[in-house]
Amino acid sequence: MEPEHAIEVENLVTHYGTRKILDGVDLTIEHGEINIIMGGSGSGKSTLLRHLLGLHTATSGCIKLLGQDIDKISPSELHDLRTNMGVSFQGGALISSMTVGENVQLPLREHTKLDDSTMGIMARMKLEVVNLGGFEDLMPSQLSGGMIKRAALARAIVMDPKMLFFDEPSAGLDPVASSELDDLILKLRDSMQMTIVVVTHELESAFKIADRITVLDHGKILLAGTVEEVKNSSIERVQDLLNRRSRNDDIDADQYMDRLTGDA
Amino acid sequence: MAESGVGGIRQPLENLGKASADFIEEFGYYLALIFESFYWIAVGPFKRQPVRFSVAMSQMVEIGIAALPIVFILSFAIGVMLAIQGVHTLKQFGAETQVVLGIALSVTREFGPLITGILVAGRTGSALAARVGTMQVNQEVDALRVMGINPVRYLVSPVLIAMLVMMPLITLFSDLAAMFGGAVYCNLDLGLGYVAYWDQGTTFITPNDVLQGLFKSLVFAVIITLIGVSNGFSVTGGAEGVGRATTRAVVLAISYLVLADMTFTYFLNR
Repeated sequence: MEPEHAIEVENLVTHYGTRKILDGVDLTIEHGEINIIMGGSGSGKSTLLRHLLGLHTATSGCIKLLGQDIDKISPSELHDLRTNMGVSFQGGALISSMTVGENVQLPLREHTKLDDSTMGIMARMKLEVVNLGGFEDLMPSQLSGGMIKRAALARAIVMDPKMLFFDEPSAGLDPVASSELDDLILKLRDSMQMTIVVVTHELESAFKIADRITVLDHGKILLAGTVEEVKNSSIERVQDLLNRRSRNDDIDADQYMDRLTGDA
Repeated sequence: MAESGVGGIRQPLENLGKASADFIEEFGYYLALIFESFYWIAVGPFKRQPVRFSVAMSQMVEIGIAALPIVFILSFAIGVMLAIQGVHTLKQFGAETQVVLGIALSVTREFGPLITGILVAGRTGSALAARVGTMQVNQEVDALRVMGINPVRYLVSPVLIAMLVMMPLITLFSDLAAMFGGAVYCNLDLGLGYVAYWDQGTTFITPNDVLQGLFKSLVFAVIITLIGVSNGFSVTGGAEGVGRATTRAVVLAISYLVLADMTFTYFLNR
């Protein structure tokens, strides 16, 4: 049976050392939607993504992917779940000792018993999807930044996952490459009905592809809603983000003094 | 300020405590890592996560075959040095011909495994730390995990297999090369024939002497792999971090190697 929501996060609290990064995050993402997690640097959005991917253990709270609590399921269930997830990391994270083709084939090689030629064909098909046909014999170091991201995307979708995660897809890309990647994300959702989670601080790209936007600030969710709702929000921090305004936080004189003297 | 009297002792004590805790933590991590590596080798095939034999094979070539020339040169030189020192020492008793005994025993029991260990620590230990460290920095390790590929199973287990197979073989090769070095020197200095040298050498050494060396080499294989890989996994701070981890891996591996050698030599000869 299909679970009600693709991704559910309940009251997630996480710490880095003693510092609290996420402070009671609740988030629900529906099947087949593109949800953008937005926020300034240090808002905790990358941390939230890493927790969704099961790379860290939370202090408290729970994360359910496709209806399964990732802290409670057995290692083999987590293993199965992960074959349903694709991730495109910020720097691509292609294995640098393998060719592009071998990288894309890696999940197939590890999780299926297909023969080499079938895996080769599947990998080339996915490379065609990301417009990298014919590049499978190059090494990652021979590709440009945009090509690496697209190759990483090909690897992420090679198992036809139900969920796809992006960490800063447009970081380090020129406007054209970045827009192409956005189109690709839309195309993937439309053709393969994937649930897509994108962490970014690029407004333009967020507004272009988002079904819903989640705005994080200081480890808390400020707002979760459609593009229109976010654009029309009256929350000051949201408008700061949208209009590229500088923060005008009031400074607490005592705290400021404590920080300067090192007593904080 | 009022605490300065106490603080004078407290600080070093605190540092000592922290260092001890770090050491125990790291040691525990090594044990967990070796357990996990063997776990995947044994259980992986039944959990749809088999350790790739082809990867282990290519590692064997890299660790073993590629190291042979340099192992030969160094071991040969050690053999020559042992012969020179042996002849020099034994001359005082007029017993130069007994030098073969000294060379054969010290090479098989000590120098073969040790020189191989140090060399492999320098070559493979550093390469492992650098490779795993770079992968860690580039999020490649994270990528493996989210693809459902256990990094220890994928990165560590094949290397451990390769090291456990190759270390004894290289050590054996090193034994032979060092013996040969000694033979060349004895032939030139004492006029001792190669056949006579070989006969003398093989009558003195027992299988136990050779096995002792080989056993040590297995221990060294585990030490080098664990220290290289664990330093790689714990890299933080970009390229500089990788450099630091690489240096640390080599220095630590050689230190542990020598300490383990001493310990085993003591217990194996009681």
